[in-house]
Amino acid sequence: MPGIEFLLAALTPLNIVLALGGVIAGTVIGSLPGLTATMAVAVLVPITFSMEPTSALIMMGAIYTGAIYGGAYSAILLNTPGTPSAIATTFDGFPLARKGQGDLAISIACIASVTGGLVGATFLLLLAPPLAEIALAFGPVEYFWLAIFGLTLISALSEGNLLKGLIGACFGLLLACVGIAEISADVRFIFGSQVLLGGIETVTALIGLYCIPVLIDLVATPDRHLKVDHKPRGFRFLEALALSWKAKFSLIRSSVIGTLVGILPGAGGSIAGLVAYTEARRTSKNSHNFGKGEPEGVMATESANNATVGGGFIPTLVLGIPGTPPDAVILGALLIQGIRTGPSLFTEKASIVFTFIYGLYLATFLMLPVGLVIGRYAYQTIITVPKAMLVPTVAFMTMIGTYAIRNSISDVIIMIILGVVGWILNRFGFSPSPIVLGLILGRIAEQGFVQAWTIGSATGELWKMFFGRPISLAIIAFILLSLFYPLLRSRFGRAKTEVAHGE
Amino acid sequence: MNVYFRVITVFFLTAILSMAGSTLMADDYPSKGVNYVIPFGPGGESDITARHQQPFFKKLFGQDLIISYKPGGGGAVGWSQLNKMKGDGYNIMGINLPHIIVKPQEKAVGFTTEDIAGVYMFHYTPDAIVVTNDSEFETLDDLIAYAKENPGKITFSGSGKGTANHLAQLRFDKMAGIKTTYVAFKGTGAAVTALLGKQVVAEWGYTSVGAKQAEKARMLAVAMDERHPEFPDIPTFKELGFDLVSGAFRGIAVPTSTPEDIRMKLSDMIGQINADPEFRKRMEADGMALLDVDYKGYQAFIDEQAKVMLEAAREANVIK
Repeated sequence: MPGIEFLLAALTPLNIVLALGGVIAGTVIGSLPGLTATMAVAVLVPITFSMEPTSALIMMGAIYTGAIYGGAYSAILLNTPGTPSAIATTFDGFPLARKGQGDLAISIACIASVTGGLVGATFLLLLAPPLAEIALAFGPVEYFWLAIFGLTLISALSEGNLLKGLIGACFGLLLACVGIAEISADVRFIFGSQVLLGGIETVTALIGLYCIPVLIDLVATPDRHLKVDHKPRGFRFLEALALSWKAKFSLIRSSVIGTLVGILPGAGGSIAGLVAYTEARRTSKNSHNFGKGEPEGVMATESANNATVGGGFIPTLVLGIPGTPPDAVILGALLIQGIRTGPSLFTEKASIVFTFIYGLYLATFLMLPVGLVIGRYAYQTIITVPKAMLVPTVAFMTMIGTYAIRNSISDVIIMIILGVVGWILNRFGFSPSPIVLGLILGRIAEQGFVQAWTIGSATGELWKMFFGRPISLAIIAFILLSLFYPLLRSRFGRAKTEVAHGE
Repeated sequence: MNVYFRVITVFFLTAILSMAGSTLMADDYPSKGVNYVIPFGPGGESDITARHQQPFFKKLFGQDLIISYKPGGGGAVGWSQLNKMKGDGYNIMGINLPHIIVKPQEKAVGFTTEDIAGVYMFHYTPDAIVVTNDSEFETLDDLIAYAKENPGKITFSGSGKGTANHLAQLRFDKMAGIKTTYVAFKGTGAAVTALLGKQVVAEWGYTSVGAKQAEKARMLAVAMDERHPEFPDIPTFKELGFDLVSGAFRGIAVPTSTPEDIRMKLSDMIGQINADPEFRKRMEADGMALLDVDYKGYQAFIDEQAKVMLEAAREANVIK
């Protein structure tokens, strides 16, 4: 392993304390809807000024890692992704919790997150400079096709309900247009209102569309929030470990997907989680159980989104281009510390880089005990707190969280309106995920399309721009596969059942 | 009776103290932490320069500079709310040019240039043409010659539309008599990625890009009056015969309800930070150029910039 001598440098008592503190703080912040990893890191930047650069980096990396994992709690227990990265965790996490398996789901998420984190950090350690080239190979047109690919996953996710999934996605695409357009600076769909000028923040939509309907249902129905028919029974760690071991290939594959998507500065954890989820579902023996509380589904997203941490650091450290929004904050903090990122960082400032990477390993390992303990506490709290307390507390947290996104009351209003709309749509069988995907991917697709079109027409190679680049062609192939997959599977699936019946 | 007396005393004491507070405000200022709102997200250049100011504010004035973010609409969300904040000197906000000049002319964005009470413009990030190290263009003349033969074929990445990068591209095209294609990206990071990935031929970026990407990219010219101390070998556009001095200017504004004496004091304070040699060194190492436009000079500076920027934006149909 390169720079093994720096492993010891990372393991000073101070660094261990900082990493532990960082993971705890990150997990707690990440579990609160609205408080994102970016914010968690940004708030702590001033504290790091007085630290040694390596200690500061280790702490920020630990907070980031913890926050991405923490997002799983609210996804599993409240059906609300704490961060956009945890969207796909709700698909199976919440059904598991509904069945009274919330504790198991949290332990599985913890093991998966640690695995993903370790895989991501290993790629960062061993292959950062060559992998950073991937970030550069992705131009506007590749992002456009990637976003289209993400949108086609809706068809895979909403099997049997394709039309409603597509309508939801279109609604999301419309929401993505609201406000001042990022690229063209056009003002769209604000209906003369200043409130909508800044557009609809993804996290605002997440909280509104996922959490508010859950709260309304809690109030409207006499049932308990989560089914509990047992005494507390520990972490269920061994059980979770056994399940993870059975799905070890899927776990590693999801982690690799997460790392690769994390390297792309324009993509992010939400896409990583989705791609990993659909891929896991496609290949799993239990694919029929996905969406109904399948542990493998939770594993796929949680390993993928924690792998984006290591993946995102690859372009950040090698190219000085932040791979994810929290990376941008960390990059800024590095600049202020007087550290220049770039290819030579790995040779000239090797001590800082490798101590940091080993620090990331340290934080990831610490996440196992921390995650299990905090997770158990969160689960116990959610199942024991009476509904009369739970609903107002969570409602309060959603408001604070939404407000904190950009210190704006307008976002809270947008969140509540979206929440009511989401609840009504839920009644008619529309799920929130296609809407949120439309919102996230619509922006990426639009930017990529406009940029690719501009460059293509300037160089007179418009056709070649969209259909003549190898990576684009590969993504287009995936798009076709994912579009026709449900069709193919139902045909082959039927063939298989017939065979089964024939036996 | 006793209780009644005490209430009255407390009431009067409070009243006196608060009156005294208002007259003494500028002398005491700052007596607590100052809330510094950046109308962009964390990690951007506006954030980083504010972070540079943070420790020096504490060192010179003994109070914290507390940075928070109000991103959205390219700064419009923050600026449209600036004057709703309390004008006691403890709420200040970062301002950016050309944004506060060009944006209100494009569409109704909730504020006008006149609404913003700027007290100081403390630095700018000069525009620069950046190419990758292995680019065929060695000098600015090479690029102009190619552009003359192949109108529109040179693609520039840049951050946003109607921004410093975009206006510089428009102005330079006119000065050099060439036609190039500007491709707007979301922020400087994305524009640099496009350059390094060779999605575009060159970038209209900033000197800060030259500082950060020194290993992979080089600048052909910088839009400054004199050469940048960090890059003594890079010519200015002026030297090469183009009167282009431009960039993203950053400053600090207060709500319009802020008293005059506080504005003056604040202007002095930011000037003192700017004068700190260590601060200058850090800023210049990041590729920034320091600027000293104080409260008295602010309006004249804005008027002068507005003339140039609006003309360029109008000619390119960015505004009507």
